[in-house]
Amino acid sequence: MLLEIENLKVKYGNVEALHGINFHVDEGEIVCILGANGAGKSTTLMALSGLVKASEGTITYNGEHINKARAHDIVKSGIAQVPEGRRVFGTLTVFENLKLGAFTCDDHDLSASTLEWIYKLFPILKEREQQLAGTLSGGEQQMLAIGRALMAQPKVLLLDEPSLGLAPLVIKTIFETVKEINSKGVTIILVEQNAKAALKLSNRGYVMEVGRLTMEDDADALLQNEGVRKAYLGG
Amino acid sequence: MPDFGLIVRQNQRKQDFYAKNYGDIMEFFFQQLTNGLTVGSIYALIALGYTMVYGVLKLINFAHGDLFTIGAFLGLTLLTSLGLTNNIGTVAGVIVLAIMVVALVAIIGALLEKTAYRPLRQSNRLSAVVSALGASIFFQNAIMLIYGARVRVFPQNILPSTAVNIFGLDIPVVRIGVFICSLVMMAGLYLFIQKTKVGTAIRAAAIDQGAAKLMGINVDRVIMIVFMIGPALGGAAGLMVGLYYGKIDFTMGWIYGLKAFTAAILGGIGNIPGAMLGGILLGVIEALGAAYISTAWKDGIAFLVLILILLIRPTGILGERVAEKV
Ligand SMILES: Nc1ncnc2c1ncn2[C@@H]1O[C@H](COP(=O)(O)OP(=O)(O)OP(=O)(O)O)[C@@H](O)[C@H]1O
Ligand SMILES: [Mg+2]
Repeated sequence: MLLEIENLKVKYGNVEALHGINFHVDEGEIVCILGANGAGKSTTLMALSGLVKASEGTITYNGEHINKARAHDIVKSGIAQVPEGRRVFGTLTVFENLKLGAFTCDDHDLSASTLEWIYKLFPILKEREQQLAGTLSGGEQQMLAIGRALMAQPKVLLLDEPSLGLAPLVIKTIFETVKEINSKGVTIILVEQNAKAALKLSNRGYVMEVGRLTMEDDADALLQNEGVRKAYLGG
Repeated sequence: MPDFGLIVRQNQRKQDFYAKNYGDIMEFFFQQLTNGLTVGSIYALIALGYTMVYGVLKLINFAHGDLFTIGAFLGLTLLTSLGLTNNIGTVAGVIVLAIMVVALVAIIGALLEKTAYRPLRQSNRLSAVVSALGASIFFQNAIMLIYGARVRVFPQNILPSTAVNIFGLDIPVVRIGVFICSLVMMAGLYLFIQKTKVGTAIRAAAIDQGAAKLMGINVDRVIMIVFMIGPALGGAAGLMVGLYYGKIDFTMGWIYGLKAFTAAILGGIGNIPGAMLGGILLGVIEALGAAYISTAWKDGIAFLVLILILLIRPTGILGERVAEKV
């Protein structure tokens, strides 16, 4: 098991957003987390990245507890995140954004080959290299956010609603790329509202409801599941 | 019988005065302009500290003016106790002095961040502002207790009092020196921020701290670095003011700080080139205003500028250069 989350609780002030969730991710998997707005999906990813701290429970990564680790150390250990809303650095250039993604990497040659790979995945980024990230379209910004996270050469990639607000065609491109990234050995945790597409892409899935994981199964099984169909797949 | 001698002398003095001040209108203008540029470059150096801290923490470091004062007083102490300029020559002595002052004030800046601001990082904005004001009061009183409340004078004749002739204009060497040193420091900072990995990390943290953390940037360290660079530049400015004007006192950081703050707002708070531009612009406006309107209004002009900018363009000259898509 690459990642194991046990009884994870997160509080914002006095309000508990995660009430003790358990899940695991194996190496090489694509695991998706589905759930309605405010269920706690982003909170879960932020806890994995160390941006919010667990009030209880453990996160074990590669056999080590990382729930007390600092965010930058977690990135260095191989967990990168593409946050909800992309959050690219708008007044920096596309190239500077990508460079920042490799902030924890010291090996220049490795970064250069990663950059080449990213430009192959998203050729538009190479074209827009010197443009300010804030002037990119939504889809391009999403590509940049993914490329930026890949620059850290992660073992695990956390994707928070990468399809949000994008046109169907762009979503298709992004999901295909996610598959390709995974085929290079990167383990992926995908948070999505776009449940059908996400499940088709994933090996396994979890359903989250108000701070609890209420369902866990193979992606195919979830696609067939009556409750999931009703709640997340539009019948 | 009237004292003709006195009248002649008075007339002579008047003529001298006119000759000196209005004899050559262009010369008078350019003297004021160069003076304004130099003072402005000092405002710019201090303004950078305000703007960089604001950039990463959205906090006005009210103790920043006092770090400038500390730079001036540390400079005086080191200058008089070590006698550097006597032992290793003027230029080398001043450089070593500057390096020591810059390093010490940078350390004080880092300590200030660690003790006064870091513990309050998660609390509301107001606590940090109160802490900033408290730190300012602490520094001012500490300087007063150590050095006394009276004006202290830098040793004379350390720097040459000669002037060089540029395009028929006699400009004091020191004035040029201060201006060039300031420009060099600003250029160095600009290159550091734009071209280096750490500089880019500082810009990223100023845009979105959370996203910066997701890049693996140690944001705490970035903030500490900003709290060293800002005070370092402010301390250097304090030292230069001491060397240039010769007189320092424990409240000097108050007025310089306010003007540099105005400069930072003028240029667009949070914007580094803006602080440089704002500082130099304010220095020139102030010098020309003092010359053509009234010296008594010199300090008032700066605040008039502050009020006008807040009314007309609160984002400052270079603020909000790029509209960000969300
Ligand atoms: N910074 C915060 N401060 C206080 N409460 C928060 C904060 N962030 C999230 N919450 C609360 O925690 C709960 C879970 O939020 P979270 O963002 O994790 O949900 P989500 O599943 O990602 O929702 P969405 O699909 O809308 O992105 C919500 O009730 C939300 O209001
Ligand atoms: Mg979310």
